[in-house]
Amino acid sequence: MHNYYNPEVETASREKLTEIQTKNLIEQVKHVYDNVPLYRERMDEKGIKPEDIKSLDDLKKLPFTSKQDLRDTYPYGMFAVPMEDVTRIHASSGTTGKQIVVGYTDGDMDIWDTCVARQLTAIGATKEDKVHVSYGYGLFTGGLGLHGGSHKLGCTTIPVSSGNTSRQLTIMQDFGSTILGATPSYAMYLGESAAKAGIDTSKLPLKAGIFGAEPWTEEMRQSIEKSLNIKAYDIYGLTEICGPGVAFECSEQKGMHVNEDHFIIEIIDPETGENLPDGEKGEIVFSSITKKAFPLLRFRTKDIGVITHEKCACGRTFVRMSKPLGRVDDMLIVRGVNLFPSQIETVLLKENYSPNYQIIVDRHGSLDSFEVDIEMNEEHFSDKPSDIIKMEKSLEKKFKSALGIKPTVNLVSPDSIPRSEGKAVRIVDKRKVYGNK
Amino acid sequence: MIKQVSIFATNKPGQVVKVVDALSEQGIDIRAMCVADTQDFGIIRLIVSDSQKAKEAISSHKCIVRITNVVGIKIPDKPGATKKALELLSENKINIDYMYAFVTKSKEYAYFVMRVEDPEAAEKVLSENGVDLVTQEDIEKL
Repeated sequence: MHNYYNPEVETASREKLTEIQTKNLIEQVKHVYDNVPLYRERMDEKGIKPEDIKSLDDLKKLPFTSKQDLRDTYPYGMFAVPMEDVTRIHASSGTTGKQIVVGYTDGDMDIWDTCVARQLTAIGATKEDKVHVSYGYGLFTGGLGLHGGSHKLGCTTIPVSSGNTSRQLTIMQDFGSTILGATPSYAMYLGESAAKAGIDTSKLPLKAGIFGAEPWTEEMRQSIEKSLNIKAYDIYGLTEICGPGVAFECSEQKGMHVNEDHFIIEIIDPETGENLPDGEKGEIVFSSITKKAFPLLRFRTKDIGVITHEKCACGRTFVRMSKPLGRVDDMLIVRGVNLFPSQIETVLLKENYSPNYQIIVDRHGSLDSFEVDIEMNEEHFSDKPSDIIKMEKSLEKKFKSALGIKPTVNLVSPDSIPRSEGKAVRIVDKRKVYGNK
Repeated sequence: MIKQVSIFATNKPGQVVKVVDALSEQGIDIRAMCVADTQDFGIIRLIVSDSQKAKEAISSHKCIVRITNVVGIKIPDKPGATKKALELLSENKINIDYMYAFVTKSKEYAYFVMRVEDPEAAEKVLSENGVDLVTQEDIEKL
């Protein structure tokens, strides 16, 4: 059973997709050159005129854009249409600096809603479904993004927003929610809370969930699927490019299809900026080629990922991207080895430990120390210290084989690692005190 | 058999206070306490008047708690009396993971708590050879 929202585009041949993308790209380059000073200056500097962009291959002639550019032009410097045409504003949280402001025209909103509707359709949603939106509503794109797609498809949209877990569970039961949208960590928490409240999730009409806005692992997927008794699907998006729906998982759960008629994905070497082929890990770069109010070309996401053009069993021809494997910023180099927090998380979930952990890196002399604090849980706790030391040693071995280097593992009590509702501090790098360079 | 309450604690000030506070709030009496520590963590072991209630009270303070069956024995409080019990265990190749002792107001007996791999087997050996066992019910009445 494969369902498409726009079958003619979603299953178009590569030739047809290239034709659509080329046409959209050429128009978009002209649009940004004419309307955004930053693009005009950068392109003039490189001696590139919009007429020089004739094919998809010419994309790589264009300069990159970065989060810093968006901060420098805050708030409206990158808008490409008059404010009277902007009908919606969203903003990113600004945890790592000044917040980023983005705008949408009516047409842009329709593109966004369509992208999300494609995801909902791909996981089997129809007008009959009740979409329970537990993403936060507001400037954050999660809540209103899923809301828009659900509305577009004609589902019954339940705009619960985030928080108040017992109310979420009551609504889920009483209103008969069939599809849940939430951050994956919140979905896990909902699952745990349902179990604690004695709710038999197999009796709920809930059947699927769309989870995104933060990194999560296959193990978390399995845990959510089990505790909520649903299929859990991944959605990718970023405020700068559109919001959720830039790429989406289909029923195959084998990577996320990029909505290629609206967005072009590239994978580059973060050091050199050179394009990398299918299958090679690198920084994900996106261009939005149809949105008019806030068009970004070659935006460096700082997410690390891999793409594949291999045929998907769902019939879609859109290129697929992996889950982000880490952040260019989060990448931690310890004793010369590249590490991502997600690798730690994978081991913990496999071994049945809580994914609430903290990595502490320090430098003593010329040697890096590498510690991982992990929460003890009831299942593993023993009243004999020797058993606990054995568990720590066994985890150290598991990490060594997954990461290539061995950390010191400390099992700690559940309240020792600060929990955060937003993005948890997973890495404490004390080496920074030893000078800047 | 005695139901020992064990609590996992990170090595930092205030951990034991939190535990005893939770117990006093619920009117639970502590009969014996033993803290095992390593460099990074400690394990607080308690013999209390109501172990189930103690577990709930301490768990609600975000602590990891487990109830373990341990062997309790009662020995006349005079020199040399402990030897017999310990010899019985060693003769029967029963290894003691850890043990601790406590006395009560009466001073007539000393009480020992022993953690062994197979508490049923240890109790059998001890009681068949005339050592007085202490049960959770006895603890409640102390």
